[in-house]
Amino acid sequence: MKTLNDRYDYGLELFLLSIDEGITGYRDDSLETVKRNQQQYDMPLKILSYDKLYGWTMDAIVAQIGKKNNCTFCGVFRRQALDRGAAMLNVDHIVTGHNADDIAETVLMNIMRGDIARLGRCTLICTQGEDTIKRSKPFKYAYEKEIVMYAYFKKLDYFSTECIYSPDAYRGHARVFLKDLEAARPSAIIDIIHSGEAFEVKDEVKAMQKLQQTCKRCGYMSSNELCKACTLLEGLERGLATVVITDRGHNKTEAEESSRPIETMRTIPFFHIPSESNRQETDSSIPNVV
Amino acid sequence: MAISLKIEFGGGMELLFSNERSHNIKIPATVDGKPANLSSLIFWLKDNLLKEREELFIEGETVRPGILVLVNDVDWELEGEGDYEVKDGDEIVFISTLHGG
Repeated sequence: MKTLNDRYDYGLELFLLSIDEGITGYRDDSLETVKRNQQQYDMPLKILSYDKLYGWTMDAIVAQIGKKNNCTFCGVFRRQALDRGAAMLNVDHIVTGHNADDIAETVLMNIMRGDIARLGRCTLICTQGEDTIKRSKPFKYAYEKEIVMYAYFKKLDYFSTECIYSPDAYRGHARVFLKDLEAARPSAIIDIIHSGEAFEVKDEVKAMQKLQQTCKRCGYMSSNELCKACTLLEGLERGLATVVITDRGHNKTEAEESSRPIETMRTIPFFHIPSESNRQETDSSIPNVV
Repeated sequence: MAISLKIEFGGGMELLFSNERSHNIKIPATVDGKPANLSSLIFWLKDNLLKEREELFIEGETVRPGILVLVNDVDWELEGEGDYEVKDGDEIVFISTLHGG
């Protein structure tokens, strides 16, 4: 983005945004890389931590709930943290480093989970809800292999290791399967993205999907009264994290019915999206951390 | 007879090899009477250099899918993959393309 912006005079004001999940031996190393990138690219950097935003690091979450399902927390928290970090920077566009392999994995995962709503959204190159910050994935069609080759030959300083908490994650199975497919037929990745794009959701099904609303507690977009991050956080604070993992509103904690938090519980600060004026661009694509 | 090779690891691969990116090694020029090739090199590395978690390096008869192999800066898929016969002075690079979670 930086190179293109300089070369073609896009007139963008770019920022680096990195989320610190609080994972010792993984994110702390990658943040060192991001700090070097800040110097190398001469761009302002913002680091927002789970600890600061939610009061919990991933290390603390894993200590409480174990290594199963921890990626659910991390994924939900990171998505919201990116939006909140972007809002703090007052930008109007988030650019992520998702590549073709990432998207194909997500298509496979959404099919296997039967998640129709996400299946429709996950292949979009650019997404924007009514009151969310625009997001796009410029590397949507670029193979992971091509990107790694490019980084190797350009001698780019980047961080690449699998997260220490992820081996049991659902995505891992999709990834292994996809890599085996790619070894047999390299076009499989782009073919899966194409299939994902070609899915049409019937109007009757669309009508049954939940409407987007804002979370009663923190103001972030949500398909329930409480957003997923608030629900998960409440579970952590009550020491009941395992209860809220199963999605679709079955195993609700009692407190999810009312939107009142218990007195001593930590909650997420209220979310305000940046105003129309004075917006800027951010670029979270350098630390490819998906 | 032995062949000298320069081996490089990147993208996290080095973590399996004593956290060293660069290794200079000497391997026998023939394995079971046949010239050493990349397939035999991969097993030599597993037996002699790999320190941990071999399942992250080898799967079946070759490297785990998702590991990029370069022979003198050329993708090994263009060089016959495992059948490429290594020569003295070759530089072989292994890069993991797996990241994140």
